Amino acid sequence: MIDKFFPSVEAALADVPDGATVMIGGFGNAGMPAALIDALIAQGARNLTIVNNNAGNGDAGLAALLKAKRVRKILCSFPRQADSWHFDALYRAGEIELELVPQGTLAERIRAAGAGVGGFYTQTAFGTRLAEGKETRRIGERDYVLEYPIHADYALIKADRADRWGNLVYRKTARNFGPIMATAAKCTVVQVREAVELGSLDPESVVTPGIFVKRIVKIAASLPLRSTSQSKAA
Amino acid sequence: MKKLDRNQMAARVARDIPDGSYVNLGIGLPTLVADHMPKGREIILHSENGVLGVGPRPAPGAEDEDLINAGKEAVTLLSGGSYFHHADSFAMIRGRHLDFCVLGAFQISLAGDLANWHTGGADAIPAVGGAMDLAVGAKQVLVMMEHLTKKGESKIVERCSYPLTGLRCVTRIYTDLAVIDVKPDGLHVVETVEGLSFDELQRLTGVPLKRLLTAA
Repeated sequence: MIDKFFPSVEAALADVPDGATVMIGGFGNAGMPAALIDALIAQGARNLTIVNNNAGNGDAGLAALLKAKRVRKILCSFPRQADSWHFDALYRAGEIELELVPQGTLAERIRAAGAGVGGFYTQTAFGTRLAEGKETRRIGERDYVLEYPIHADYALIKADRADRWGNLVYRKTARNFGPIMATAAKCTVVQVREAVELGSLDPESVVTPGIFVKRIVKIAASLPLRSTSQSKAA
Repeated sequence: MKKLDRNQMAARVARDIPDGSYVNLGIGLPTLVADHMPKGREIILHSENGVLGVGPRPAPGAEDEDLINAGKEAVTLLSGGSYFHHADSFAMIRGRHLDFCVLGAFQISLAGDLANWHTGGADAIPAVGGAMDLAVGAKQVLVMMEHLTKKGESKIVERCSYPLTGLRCVTRIYTDLAVIDVKPDGLHVVETVEGLSFDELQRLTGVPLKRLLTAA
């Protein structure tokens, strides 16, 4: 019998080694798997490479992981924000490596990894500083930049509901990077609000089919509702 | 001359967006355009983080932490709206499915090069977000900005000195002084604000402008 539910976040992340590449879902706080990140901090893995759209907001979640100095390198599109003070301090002190990736290229590099694609050409960033040193090619009337997939050892994501096979549905814009990160990691760990019986999710509406999911933890309470209006950046 | 304020600029941009358009509004100043869409037009707003049909901001107390826009502000969803993941969202952008995007800018060159993501300062922490994808992907890239810097220098320049976001991508520029089309043969002034002559606009702008019949 397949049952991907784990009893605790601790059990679900017990084997994350030092030096792992970990994708973390979320766009700002929407879809950020806060319970999994807290467990990763407690677990103690160091020297991590993190993939996320941002580089932490405020003091919780990814920001707390950065503050705990567990992250060697981060790949993201939008680190600098009004409340990214933990990243800013580490970056200015030279204590974290940043690979800045345009948001669509970040998404497509993740998707490519999950789909077994070895690379792709995109017009995005052609002729800019973010394409320096990269192979380019003219296809038809346009110029493109070669980009490579981003693979991960773990993906930590948040979904709304899951069944024991790992089929997932998300909630509103908390979906963001979750479905593609789930495909790109060797071990995808999902924090869900609700566990449902097998067969109760509408098969037409499953967003992430269970094949992409290894471990699920039900988290009774989600993050407290908080205002997101202070942070004006993408 | 009567310079346009931020809301007047936003209203001027909105006037040019036809019924049925799919539009992405960049963070900051362009977000204001949503408040000025002419009544009677059905215009679908896209947000990078996976929304088509972005609605107005919710009433105080009705915010949902799972429903935000690219600026991470609480929004609502219009009836008929949809959610999707990031790869689909940027397929809409890069795949030339958006009719318009509206972006801010530090500088725009004579050729339509856009610089809007990085001041180039040595200690500045860079952040690009979806700007480079929007610049190459939207069918029409509209830029909305003040015509002059705080020091009075033209933001329309021969060549951008700030790091580029995209090459030859801007199609129309809306400033507090004028509306200018970027065409292969140069910059065409579509209109100027009341009390500003073409010659005066040319004097304030760093590069040669072409005069259209409609310009004051």
